[in-house]
Amino acid sequence: MSLKMPSLRVMAFATVVVMGAAFALVFFYAPNDADQGFVQKIFYVHVPIAICALIGFVVAAFHAVRHLRTGEAIHDVRAYVSIHMGVIFGTAALVTGSIWARAAWGKWWVWEEPTLVSFLIVFLLYATYYPLRYAIEDRERQARYASVFAITAGVFVPLNFMAVRMAESLVHPRVFATAEGGLPGSMLFTFLVALAAMALLFVTLVRFEIAAKSTKGAISRLRRALDADGPAGQASRIAPAVPAVSAEAKT
Amino acid sequence: MATLRTILVKDLRIELRTLQSLPAMALFAVTTFVIFRFGLDRTELEGSLAAGVLLVTVLFAALLAINRLFVAERDEGGFDAIRLAPVDSAQLFLAKVGALFIYLAVLEVIALPVFAMFFGTEAEALPATLGLLALVNLGLAATGALVSTIGANSRARDLLTPLVLLPLVVPLMISAAGAAEPLLAAGGPDLSGAGKWMASLALYDLVFLLVGYAVYEFLLED
Repeated sequence: MSLKMPSLRVMAFATVVVMGAAFALVFFYAPNDADQGFVQKIFYVHVPIAICALIGFVVAAFHAVRHLRTGEAIHDVRAYVSIHMGVIFGTAALVTGSIWARAAWGKWWVWEEPTLVSFLIVFLLYATYYPLRYAIEDRERQARYASVFAITAGVFVPLNFMAVRMAESLVHPRVFATAEGGLPGSMLFTFLVALAAMALLFVTLVRFEIAAKSTKGAISRLRRALDADGPAGQASRIAPAVPAVSAEAKT
Repeated sequence: MATLRTILVKDLRIELRTLQSLPAMALFAVTTFVIFRFGLDRTELEGSLAAGVLLVTVLFAALLAINRLFVAERDEGGFDAIRLAPVDSAQLFLAKVGALFIYLAVLEVIALPVFAMFFGTEAEALPATLGLLALVNLGLAATGALVSTIGANSRARDLLTPLVLLPLVVPLMISAAGAAEPLLAAGGPDLSGAGKWMASLALYDLVFLLVGYAVYEFLLED
């Protein structure tokens, strides 16, 4: 997220274009799955969303380490926004996964699918990030504790995937067990474009939220400067405030 | 090391004199067994059901101690004392892990025979089960001490600690259940498949001990 990144407008435009291309490929180019037919196409939405959410969590842990090392608030903002977007994408991944399970296996939830179960557990842990932040009033301490959480949870993710997979005694017939290697070329290409589209959407939304927070912080600072007796900043109590220095560097 | 020992001895001495946590944990565990007896409508438990009842009971009894782990530090200024003292604050973490581990071990020495008596577990399964529970305790103690510090320094103390801790110990519980199921099987303990589960428990313990040790100073900074 350096200054060399393209502007938000360009990114938003690119996201729309690639997303449009991805959906066009999904509906008109990728062949229907031999076993599942049309419903398998949710794969091009579900899997990229889940991958983006998990990467968001890992990126948050990375920012959290930098926050604890440097003490700069901007890294906490980035960790917060990454987790925030990861939880939103995670919700979407669970919903689409549930729909797919219903269509493919006739049940809204299947415990035999280790990736989905692992994802649920990871999601449940990250969902506690908000009450954790909300329960700590001192802003600086809140940021530090949130970073400790983000690191702990980041370490937790691979351990959790390992444990859930070990617990899986039955091998469920997994459509994409062979991953990319087993996918026909046209499906793989569509999947990669869909993944790129979803990643672009994720990064754009993250940048939009950081920009919105910077602006909000700048406005409340200006308001305070204008009117010392007026209402203090309306900023959220759990969302971290963006430091003044970085506010100008954004957008 | 001296710091660690001092804090640990202090905690154990307080517990011995006030008996705030351990009797409550033991009573809680026994009552939970009784509730499971009726909830499941079973008088004999073996295999996965026995593992589930035992581990869930230990986990929830552990929550009682974890919630109270830093009460003295918070109320009597122990956190400030550690901040002021020229010692490595991570020693506090290790001492609390030690204290929690000892509480849980004492609890299990009491609760496991009661469990065996209530639900007809073979006596020969008990030593191996205690060994397994020791690995579980270490993981619970590491994550518990970390989360309890966060909880103790927040407004929503009693709410936040279990909320964050439960999802965090899911992998621990998965591995523990996997190991305990053959140990508590109907025909006597079967140790053949326990190795991989023990290894994954040990990995979990090690990882969260290291993470807790590494990040703990940031929880005490002020």
